[in-house]
Amino acid sequence: MRKFIGPGSSDDGIDRRGFLKCMAWAGTGVFCIIQGGVLKSYSLSQMAQHGVDAAKGDLSFVQISDSHIGFSKPANTDVTATLQEAVAKINALPTPPAFALHTGDLTHLSKPEEFDTLDQVLKSLKTSKVFYVPGEHDVLNDNGKQYLERYGKGTQGEGWFSFDQKGVHFIGLVNVLNLKAGGLGTLGREQLEWLESDVKRLKTSTPIVVFAHIPLWAVYPEWGWGTDDSEQALSYLKRFGSVTVLNGHIHQTMQKVEGNVTFHTAMSTAFPQPQPGTAPSPGPLKVPAEKLRSLLGVTHVNFLGGKHTLAIVDSALQS
Amino acid sequence: MRSIFSSLAVTAALVLAFGLSAVTYGKQGAGSPGDPDKYQVKIDNFSFTPGSLTVPAGAKVTWINHDDVPHNVVSTDKKFASPVLDTDEQFSYEFKDPGTYAYYCSIHPKMTGKVIVQ
Repeated sequence: MRKFIGPGSSDDGIDRRGFLKCMAWAGTGVFCIIQGGVLKSYSLSQMAQHGVDAAKGDLSFVQISDSHIGFSKPANTDVTATLQEAVAKINALPTPPAFALHTGDLTHLSKPEEFDTLDQVLKSLKTSKVFYVPGEHDVLNDNGKQYLERYGKGTQGEGWFSFDQKGVHFIGLVNVLNLKAGGLGTLGREQLEWLESDVKRLKTSTPIVVFAHIPLWAVYPEWGWGTDDSEQALSYLKRFGSVTVLNGHIHQTMQKVEGNVTFHTAMSTAFPQPQPGTAPSPGPLKVPAEKLRSLLGVTHVNFLGGKHTLAIVDSALQS
Repeated sequence: MRSIFSSLAVTAALVLAFGLSAVTYGKQGAGSPGDPDKYQVKIDNFSFTPGSLTVPAGAKVTWINHDDVPHNVVSTDKKFASPVLDTDEQFSYEFKDPGTYAYYCSIHPKMTGKVIVQ
């Protein structure tokens, strides 16, 4: 049951109704491809049964997020075990990912032993490298000093960096430090200047992937789910034909397409959080034990070189 | 269920910290004049309650975190800052001089509050 969604009237060529149909599947795992402005979606089970050629991209990588090692409250009393399950899921992929991104909240309380446990678990990940950006839980008490010592090698400022893989330019941003009273996530002037100069030399045809912990779009500012100066960052990326923004922080999948920019948030491997506005506040959501693993998971991204095709798959630990 | 558990844990923590009996703490909400923990701010559901607290000069204010996530209490103009408070942990600060002291949680900056010292 493949669904091909035809272009609508908007410039981005994506039919809004069709896109929403794709969105509706997100909770159970969905596979979306944007190819030549046409969005196609497949359910994960369909992919597994029949295989989809597009899944074998030129470059594939995974996103792990919000592992919160050290958390032990009723919402999930064994977050190390669920991270291990996520690693096993990644290791079972037919094509090993080129690398993994961890989009922050590695730990719950920035304790050295929590970072140690995370490192230990991720050691068994069958991939060549893991790239990190910090979450607010990783920079507690020391403004990120310990985080930088452990994961900041080769990065700039408070831990931001970029790298290139198979023609795709990846940018890791830090938006969890120097937060102002009453505000949201912050990138700051120094990082914005760095970003502007980092992308200046790139051709507009270069696919861009930006990743950061707190969403770089206003998911739900009332709960702090957004970044104050993200619009300025995105203004430097407007000229590019394909921009993908990957975030964590909100512990649930959410996707939005705006022009050439696709925003996507990942599930946590530790605990779910309520949907925006459905609870008095964000925070760990206790669900029945048998339901927990359907709300935790990882994200798998494929790029098909030359075709500007991007595929994002959210995969729960258990469907 | 959770709030009962939390208050029990807080009571236990207070007993350990101050040697107060559980009964004394139980009465504490009413606030006797000499009670060192008369002025409390609860951290619950990502907010400070009360959001604005008025106290006399010299009062000690105690913040207690009832959330399942860590928070902190940081003065907006850097006059004081707590370490990170995990669930049921608390922090106290003595306000010697009159004035308005704005503060926030630097981890979740949407959370703001103030202490007015008279």
